[in-house]
Amino acid sequence: MDVDALLLARIQFGFTISFHILFPAITIGLASYLAVLEACWLKTQNTVYRDLYQFWIRIFAVNFGMGVVSGLVMAYQFGTNWSYFSDFAGGVTGPLLAYEVLTAFFLEAGFLGVMLFGWSRVGPGLHFLSTIMVALGTLISATWILASNSWMHTPAGYEIINGRVVPVDWLAVIFNPSFPYRLAHMGVAAFLATALMVGASASWHLLRNNDNQAIRKMLSMAMWMILVVAPLQAVIGDFHGLNTLKHQPAKIAAIEGHWENGPSEEGVPLTLFGWPDMEQEKNHFAVEVPHLGSLILTHSWTGQFAGLKEFAKNDRPNALVVFWTFRIMVGLGILMIALALWAFAARMRGRLYQSRALWRYSLYMGSSGLVAILAGWFTTEIGRQPWIVYNVMRTADAVTPHGALEVGITLALFVVVYFVLFGAGTLYILALIRKGPVLNAMEAPPEGGPGEHNTPSRPMSAAPDADESRAQVSMNRG
Amino acid sequence: MGIDLALIWAIIILFGILMYVVMDGFDLGIGILYLFVTGKEDRDVMMNTVAPVWDGNETWLVLGGAGLLAAFPLAYSVILSAFMLPLIFMLLGLIFRGVAFEFRFKAPAHRRHLWDKAFICGSIAATFFQGVTLGAYIHGINVVNRSYAGGALDWLSSFSIFTGLGLIVAYALLGCTWLILKTQGPLQDRMLQLARPLTLALLAVIVALSIWTPLTHSDIAQRWFSLPNLFWFAPVPLLVLLAVYFLLRSLNNRPHAAPFLLTLALVFLGYSGLGISVWPNIIPPDISIWDASGPLQSQGFTLVGALLIVPLILMYTAWSYYVFRGKVTAQDGYH
Ligand code: HDD
Ligand code: HEM
Ligand code: HEM
Repeated sequence: MDVDALLLARIQFGFTISFHILFPAITIGLASYLAVLEACWLKTQNTVYRDLYQFWIRIFAVNFGMGVVSGLVMAYQFGTNWSYFSDFAGGVTGPLLAYEVLTAFFLEAGFLGVMLFGWSRVGPGLHFLSTIMVALGTLISATWILASNSWMHTPAGYEIINGRVVPVDWLAVIFNPSFPYRLAHMGVAAFLATALMVGASASWHLLRNNDNQAIRKMLSMAMWMILVVAPLQAVIGDFHGLNTLKHQPAKIAAIEGHWENGPSEEGVPLTLFGWPDMEQEKNHFAVEVPHLGSLILTHSWTGQFAGLKEFAKNDRPNALVVFWTFRIMVGLGILMIALALWAFAARMRGRLYQSRALWRYSLYMGSSGLVAILAGWFTTEIGRQPWIVYNVMRTADAVTPHGALEVGITLALFVVVYFVLFGAGTLYILALIRKGPVLNAMEAPPEGGPGEHNTPSRPMSAAPDADESRAQVSMNRG
Repeated sequence: MGIDLALIWAIIILFGILMYVVMDGFDLGIGILYLFVTGKEDRDVMMNTVAPVWDGNETWLVLGGAGLLAAFPLAYSVILSAFMLPLIFMLLGLIFRGVAFEFRFKAPAHRRHLWDKAFICGSIAATFFQGVTLGAYIHGINVVNRSYAGGALDWLSSFSIFTGLGLIVAYALLGCTWLILKTQGPLQDRMLQLARPLTLALLAVIVALSIWTPLTHSDIAQRWFSLPNLFWFAPVPLLVLLAVYFLLRSLNNRPHAAPFLLTLALVFLGYSGLGISVWPNIIPPDISIWDASGPLQSQGFTLVGALLIVPLILMYTAWSYYVFRGKVTAQDGYH
């Protein structure tokens, strides 16, 4: 197998999936947020909820479109790029993906039309049902694809017959050892990333003195959400790591930059920072805290676990990369907890809507959820290498025997197209956020958004505050 | 083994692909027809006739891929590696087109034309490369040792380019008759004008393919023209002619749904003609659905879900079409 083509195929997969996951993360979070908003609206008839719904659903629509088209690519890449893997393990990954299509993608797509465009075509009950179905679809989707991905990390419930994977126990396949942890961790990550984005949007407006009821509601809801899920995420992450230690010890050794065990009474230190060197098999510039590694991973003062040197050289993942991606994720997680606590303290002292410093911090944290998600996936996936199915099939044996030229050309196309299109999409999302929620939108529907009229469609970003009767929020655009 | 799982799965996948061709066919067709309609308001209306449903239509394509991977992993891996380039070009086309649905209505006025172009080019590219893949698929795939053994450009031939162009005509006609159903006034008149030449063009494509395919593929000729078969399959071309005749006639008197339904019939007939040509191979020319079957445990497990859930999907999809029934006008733009 051509080494360059393998590398290019890996880069292509990593590139396209990294783009894709950003959209589902926001889709999952926003769909549930919209369901909550609509429920509150139906229950309280407080128009703030309806206005927020109308605001976020446009952002949801743009994001969803990008999620769908980038996902379409993923469903085909297993065959175009990883044909030996598909032939070998398709018996497991195929049914899981098929169930995802049947139970999730159709559900999302089938009710999406009504959710986006049906506000005045169906009754409130049916519309709410559609929102719920879309939200449910996103969660079901995450469940199946994470079962598939987790199976590749901790395969179970199968036999290998005639050189191919044959599932023998579907429950064991789906509920494989890392699945519950990964599902919980990724699900919470999606909520967290969305709440951070919502909070940052509110903060942006508050910093510009666009203070109104809807903006405050957004900030408040986001901060409550983060307060609950940020600490929860750290706890889930800890359990996830313990589980990984059991099933993929080489990954944990790489994450910790742990090369070998010293005398047994010393335990394992925690390397806070350093520069793992795969050649020399040691860390440069290491800053260590004695015993803390033992404490976190074995919950005892002197417990030990395998170091990287215990694994053959060609079975080791790249410690430098996962060491750092892991620290980025955890570091951001800690900053999120700090944000939640600060906001809570401010709320208790009645300063949630006064503290500019808090808003600024929340604004800076706006994309941290997405960055942490990427860092987490890089840790997980690169930590699994050199295996594509852990201890069963190597990535190098999985790749389609294409020439480097074809893979290189398609990779270049993906890079250009993704940056241009999804870049434009991100700008549209930011422009929508900048526009802000329109109060009492339903009495005088604005133009150009889903579920509303578009007749004399006036460009939304060209003249945002020309029409004062609608845009109650004054726009100072920076 | 009582039930033939491979057979059932082949039918489900054929059904999924047919659903895809029919449903995404008309919404890709709308992108192609953008070439013939320039007014902004008309274009808004055209897009709004499919905005609430295009995502569901595309999901059938994902079902085709996932079903293939679940039931026939070998076919999935061979077909997708053989056609990596045209499939990726198709996906890129679908990306351009898919984002245009949302971006077009969000873009500032002076940039909207960009997304119109993305919509047009994306729809045409996606359609063309689907057709190319189809042609190359009929042509056959070189497989050695459970793995694709041809070159990166084997899919490119005059035949596959022709099927690519032919599919553009077919989807354009689907889109055109869909718009006859969903619109009124000048836009509908324009579509009525276009429908006639498109129908004739599609007939020409079908005739050309019916001659070209057996001429270049003796096994396919054998299938159609050997004796008992000829009687079984003879209705297909006859029905095609009938459908074309009624379709052309229906255009004369202010039609509503008739042209669209007749076009569906035409597409269905063309599709079954192709099916007859390759059956029961899943990787032409000689790997059958039974050779390519995945583990029985996988086929059985997924079948349970498919049989229970596909009817539900059809129900709520129908409901969604029902919610958005009726003519679309500039006033009730969904966007
Ligand atoms: C944690 C969640 C998650 C993860 C890890 C993935 N996806 Fe995804 N995917 C979703 C969550 C999701 C979603 C929330 O369900 C999306 C996002 C936007 C949307 O429309 O649905 C989606 C869309 C989406 C679509 C379009 C569906 C449609 O037509 O409506 C496809 C084909 C895929 N994905 C396939 C994949 C594949 C093959 C993946 C693995 C390599 C993958 N996704 C990772
Ligand atoms: C959704 C977030 C995900 C991200 C950001 C992500 C990221 C990555 C990255 C960066 C790699 C490259 C690792 C390397 O080559 O060093 C990779 C590999 C891979 N991932 Fe994931 N992944 C995600 C989810 C998934 C899921 C859900 C699946 C399967 C269902 C999956 C299947 C694979 C496969 C097959 C590879 C092998 C290719 C390779 O090793 O390069 N990934 N992923
Ligand atoms: C704060 C403490 C956190 C800890 C201790 C932690 C722990 C972990 C561990 C050990 C893994 C690797 C699991 C494996 O590969 O087997 C992981 C992966 C991951 N993390 Fe975290 N994490 C934390 C915070 C976060 C945050 C804040 C986010 C995002 C908002 C996040 C998102 C992810 C994602 C998406 C993955 C990859 C998918 C998975 O394996 O679950 N994590 N995390």
